[in-house]
Amino acid sequence: MLEVKNLSLFFRMYDRAFKRQDLKVISNLNIIARPGEIIAVAGSSGSGKSLLAHAILGILPKNAFMSGEMLWQKNPLTIKIQKRLRGKEFALVPQSVTYLDPLMKVGRQVSRSKDTTLNLFRRYQLDESAASLFPHELSGGMARRTLLGAALAGNPKLVIADEPTPGLSQDLAENAMAHLREMANNGAAVLLITHDIDLALRFADRIAVFYAGTTVETANAQDFANESHLRHPYSKALWRAMPQNGFEPAPGTQPYAGALPQGCLYAPRCPFATPLCINAQPESRHLRGGEVSCNHAD
Amino acid sequence: MRIEAKDLEFGYNNNNNKNINNKNINKNNNKNKNKNIISRLSLTVDSHERTALIGPSGCGKSTLSHILAGNLKPQSGQVLIDNKPLPKHGFCPVQLICQHPEKAINPRWKLGKTLTEAWSPDAQFLEAMGIEKAWLNRYPVELSGGELQRFCIARALAPQTSFIIADEMSTMLDMITQAQIWQALLRIADERGLGLIAVTHSMELAKRVCSRVIEFESLME
Amino acid sequence: MSNRTSAAISASATLAIILAIYIAGALLPESALRANFSQKGLPPSFEHLFGTDFLGRDMFVRTCKGLSLSLSIGAVASAISAFIALAVGLAAALGSEFVDYAINWFIDVFMSVPHTVLIILISIALSRGAFGMMAGVAVTHWVSLARVIRGEVMQIRSQQYIAASRRFGKSSLWIARHHMLPHLMPQFFVGLILLFPHAILHESGLTFLGFGLPPEQPAVGVILSEAMKYISAGAIWLAVFPGLSLVVLVLLIDTLGHSARRLLAPREAQL
Repeated sequence: MLEVKNLSLFFRMYDRAFKRQDLKVISNLNIIARPGEIIAVAGSSGSGKSLLAHAILGILPKNAFMSGEMLWQKNPLTIKIQKRLRGKEFALVPQSVTYLDPLMKVGRQVSRSKDTTLNLFRRYQLDESAASLFPHELSGGMARRTLLGAALAGNPKLVIADEPTPGLSQDLAENAMAHLREMANNGAAVLLITHDIDLALRFADRIAVFYAGTTVETANAQDFANESHLRHPYSKALWRAMPQNGFEPAPGTQPYAGALPQGCLYAPRCPFATPLCINAQPESRHLRGGEVSCNHAD
Repeated sequence: MRIEAKDLEFGYNNNNNKNINNKNINKNNNKNKNKNIISRLSLTVDSHERTALIGPSGCGKSTLSHILAGNLKPQSGQVLIDNKPLPKHGFCPVQLICQHPEKAINPRWKLGKTLTEAWSPDAQFLEAMGIEKAWLNRYPVELSGGELQRFCIARALAPQTSFIIADEMSTMLDMITQAQIWQALLRIADERGLGLIAVTHSMELAKRVCSRVIEFESLME
Repeated sequence: MSNRTSAAISASATLAIILAIYIAGALLPESALRANFSQKGLPPSFEHLFGTDFLGRDMFVRTCKGLSLSLSIGAVASAISAFIALAVGLAAALGSEFVDYAINWFIDVFMSVPHTVLIILISIALSRGAFGMMAGVAVTHWVSLARVIRGEVMQIRSQQYIAASRRFGKSSLWIARHHMLPHLMPQFFVGLILLFPHAILHESGLTFLGFGLPPEQPAVGVILSEAMKYISAGAIWLAVFPGLSLVVLVLLIDTLGHSARRLLAPREAQL
């Protein structure tokens, strides 16, 4: 089981004029990935979701600074442990093809043993001849299938899938998601990072709603059937804005990572905001079988 | 106004096409080296209806959008707007809004310059698009995808534009931003009588924003 | 200390030293180079840091003058060369397929000819002197930078924002000026600075061989070739100190170029 508690992460960046700026891309994020379960982190792209994956695996760039707690099987996840586990117990299905080594033939990058490679190739409808191609010779969809194959080749206990489906055709996307489901059924914890809430709703057991670098609510997938089952005002607004449920947008935009409000990150847009919300970020608490960070949710 | 595509053929493996460096287009058809992504495709769209082109990702929708907007030349066939081919020079009446706004904006320009590259919108228009004054002085890295997409839309809505092709323009955004930018675009398109082709993989969205829904696969013989 | 700060410090420090050398050479009076036979052939001392030559001239003053001259020739030559590179690179990337092919063929030919020979030929054809020297270096050194610029332009050309700009009716010239040039400037400046050492070394080398600047010029090449006669007589300071100074100057400029690259490299936002 993976537990992330109050994780915050900022980048130190420099302007043209050498002005230092800290970009807080993740603030007080909480998430739990349990074995046998797919949990989806859903939020707009470019909002820092991928960095959560990189933080868990310990592959953040040098100018990233982190606070908070990460536990794996109840033990703190240190850099040393991350190094030992990634690629073995931890697997990453990366977002982009640039994660493949451009100078190594695809077959060698995927391979653990000959049989499993062939099985994986067959599973993702890749030609066996694709094994002797270089990454730039693959089409977008083939490359993506290769990435899936490479990540899932071992027998990982934690699978982090960072936007695994864009660029795949419908049936291949379903196939990939089915494979993730199967891994979960075999006892792996699957963390699915996606901007596509429809995809999350269809395949995940629980959904962590990501807003401006934090998870405002963790809900069961069924909760999205009805607005009143949701807990956080942002999740409710999200629900109302879905094309099938009214297409009614709430006003306002997500705050920029360099200028986050001091209190609840949703307070500037929230119709229920009170001074309490504006002064401090609400703690995460259990509510109706889920988790929510809101003073007003009931 | 009316946009018409006749017997389009397009494939990425033909050597005679110089535009193949455009990497941002899905080219998911390596399985069959000799088959074109788009083959014998015909389509007619009138500006008084809002048309959704729907199909799974990788089917060639993006390629078609780029051809309709004049970014890519088909190997054969033609695109006509009011029975005339797309102009080679000057402002193109068919404007395209892409999936990744951060790629469609020069990262070295402040957004004010990006916005006015095509035309000079007034304050009222910016408000309707939900663009804040302060953003104009920022660089693209300082804004979110949803905010950047508003600039791409505003830029494309120049007075000379008569057709808008929205190619998965809200796919990477959250649902609230998606609804916001669609509402803004639809309002302005209605006011000006612009034609709209929404290219999407989401049936729900297509049904919500368009009056006519076409399956991409049904366009090819 | 961040990477950027250290790059900025190293860039300004090297730039300051290079400028100091240039100004020192330009400000030192001609009178300091007058022959003084009472002082001839002195080894280095506090009075004459680099010693004196066999006409009694102070070698430190001569070296400074020489480096200063090298810097001006190098500046002009590498600036011309870099501009040729920019023009050729842009033309190759934006012109028709045939233009690109022709330019690439031409670049290959240029690279296959040993450029020292080419510089000598051009310099002699233009009756030697500073002008011939600069022309020779400028004409032979644009090739690799032109390749880099061509590659950059090819890469920007395929960006969606360029396609968008075209749909807004912008001309190729407008796009080159507003979208591409600002993007190329860092590459251009770094390339220009890194051309400098080449220009200086070629200038000194050719002058040393007698194909470059005439012997009455206070050039480092002239100093070194004169010194050859006296080395066997034990006056090694005549060659060692000017030679070392030249090497140090070249290394300084190289450092400046690399710090500039670290500073000007596009800021990558890791979001």
